[in-house]
Parts: sequence; C-alpha cells; structure tokens
Amino acid sequence: MKIEILGTGCAKCNELEMKVKQAVAQSGKFVQIEKVSDLQKIMGYGVMSTPGLVIDGKVVSTGKVLSVDEIISMMG
Amino acid sequence: MWQELSGKIVLEWLGFSGRFGDAVHFFLYDTIKIWFLLLSIIFAVSFLRTWFNTEKVRAYLAGKREFTGNILAAVFGIITPFCTCSAIPLFLGFLQARIPIGVTFSFLISAPLNNEIAIAMLFGLFGWKITAIYIGFGLFVAILGGWIIGRFNVEKYVLITVPPLSGDLELPTYKPAFTERVNEAWSNTRDIFRKIYLWVMVGVGVGAWFHGYVPAEFIATYAGGDAWYTVPVAVLMGIPMYSSAAGVMPLVEVLTQKGMLLGSALSFMMAVTALSLPEAIILKQILHIRLIALFFAIITVGIMGIGFIFNTIL
Repeated sequence: MKIEILGTGCAKCNELEMKVKQAVAQSGKFVQIEKVSDLQKIMGYGVMSTPGLVIDGKVVSTGKVLSVDEIISMMG
Repeated sequence: MWQELSGKIVLEWLGFSGRFGDAVHFFLYDTIKIWFLLLSIIFAVSFLRTWFNTEKVRAYLAGKREFTGNILAAVFGIITPFCTCSAIPLFLGFLQARIPIGVTFSFLISAPLNNEIAIAMLFGLFGWKITAIYIGFGLFVAILGGWIIGRFNVEKYVLITVPPLSGDLELPTYKPAFTERVNEAWSNTRDIFRKIYLWVMVGVGVGAWFHGYVPAEFIATYAGGDAWYTVPVAVLMGIPMYSSAAGVMPLVEVLTQKGMLLGSALSFMMAVTALSLPEAIILKQILHIRLIALFFAIITVGIMGIGFIFNTIL
C-alpha cells in the first residue's frame, strides 16, 4: 500500500503527515509513505485544498487534518 | 440578560462607578458576548462547511456560463473554507478546469470577504440587518468585479501555463460520519478562536476606552462627518489590517455609535477583509502585477461606491 500526503508545506500538512505515520504504526501494515510538495503533481491529482490524502492513487480527503482513527479506517 | 448581569457584576459587586465603571462594564459585556457569538457562529459555519470543499465547488462551476458562473462562484465563496495560503492552488485549479478567469475572481473576492470571523463579528456587534447588508453588497462586488475582470482579456497575465485536466474531475471519496463532522467543526472552531480571542480583547479594550473617555465630537471631527474623503481614507486604512479583523471590528462599532457614518464603516470593514496584502503577494508568483492591480482597483472602487451610497442615503 502507498499513502501520499499532498501539501506545499503548510502547518496542517505537517500535522497530517504525523497522523499518517502514527496510523501506519498502529495498523502494523507495510505502507510506503510519500510526501508530495510539487504543485504540478498536486494539481495532477485534482486537489486544490491542501493537505490532501491519496491512498493507492485515489484521492480520499482534501483540506483537512484527519484523526489517526479516520486514517486507519480509510486504509481499510 | 447578560447586559444586566455584567452591569451588576461591575457596578454593584466590584463597586466601580462613573466613567471607569462604564468602560469596565462595556469591556466585560462586549468581550464575553463576542466570544460566545464567535464560538457559536464559527462552529455553525465550520459544521456546514464539512459538506463543501473547493474540489466540489470546482466540479460544479466547470462548464457554467460566464454570468451565471460569477453569481454561483460568489455565493459558493460564502460557504467554502478559504485561506490565503491556498489562493494559488485554488486559482490554478479553477483554470485547470477551464473555469473563466472572471468567475475565478468572483470566488476570490467573495471567499475572504465572507469569512466566518467577519460574519460572526458583524452579527455580534451590529445585528443581523447590517450583516445581511454586508453580505449582500459583498456578493454584489464579487459578482460585478469578477465579471468586469472577465471583460478585460487578462488571460495573458497568468504567468504559468496550466494544462487542462486529463479525464473527469475526481472528487475525494471519503464520506465522514456525523460525529466526525462535529469533531472536525469543533477542532476548527478551537483553532480559529485560539488565534483571535486576544485580538477581540484588545479591540474591545480600546473600544471600551473610547466608549468611556473619548468625546463624540472628537470622533465626529476625525472619523465621522460626511466629508468626501472619509470613505477613501477608511478603505486605505483597512488594507493592512487583514489579519486582525477580529480586533478592528469592535473599534468600528464604537466609532459608529459615536458618529462615524455607517457607509464609511462598511467600506472600512470590507477593505479589511477583501483587500489583503498577503494575498496579493502570494498571487504575484503566478499573476502579472497588472492583473493584481486591476483586481485591487476594481474591489476598491466597488467598496468605495458602497460607502458613498450608504453615507448619502442613511
């Protein structure tokens, strides 16, 4: 599984990245985490409000910091 | 009810009286009232907003005709969350979906103008009528301003090329549950409140001092009156105050009670929210200075017009 965090470096983006790391650690799954800060790439996903969360190439959430539980439930 | 209670606390229990007592009473009453209203209104707006996001608005606006698009974009500006830091992705994202530039500007004018802090402060300080007038004329400026910018062939002033979206617009797939929406709205409310509660105290404090000590004639001479220059001066003074809208509005309330004309006050408040220097600086990375100047000039003329109209008819 691959999780991407889309964000240009705002405070909320860093917060989301931390939550994702916690969620992955709690789930015990093998997950590749990548932070995407290139605007063109973010636009490519059709995301305008950062931070965005992309799981396996699918945009699941935009514009907010999710809780650890929410991220775990999104990981399925 | 709260007014009597706060009066009782200050004047009877604490035993303050005279001008000082008046000022303390005013400070306590206004601060608590505004905090309460800020918390409840920001929570309500944040909660509603969990159903909207800019991606959804874009999908809806894509392919709409220009004038209709301007109206819809301005209205959506009220309910979509917006922060200056996201102005660039938003601008490019709208262009990417081939939404006309004028429609994009309608959104960019309306979103900061109708932010939840301004609405909550206005409602708390001036009541629903002035709030409705502010929102109504704000929409008017956003619709007309965006439409006029669209008439100017400004596409050449966008400094980077934006390739169109390949394929359909994709929307975020996750649908939060009710409790998650409540939690999100609450955490957003807390974040905003933490940023502005001190500003409210400072603003109300200075306002309370004005209220108790500065004579009405002084304000009528310098901020009030119907001299032609009060509106432009009010607008100019509003430009650098974007981040402190919460602190500025209590002052405006006191100024209007003491004789500042409502039109000048409205112009000032709109200048505070709509003309933001940080936003202009951020947009400069992707837009030619001429387009930004046009954007600012049109909003300035619009809100000054509103000020003049109100000063004349009220």
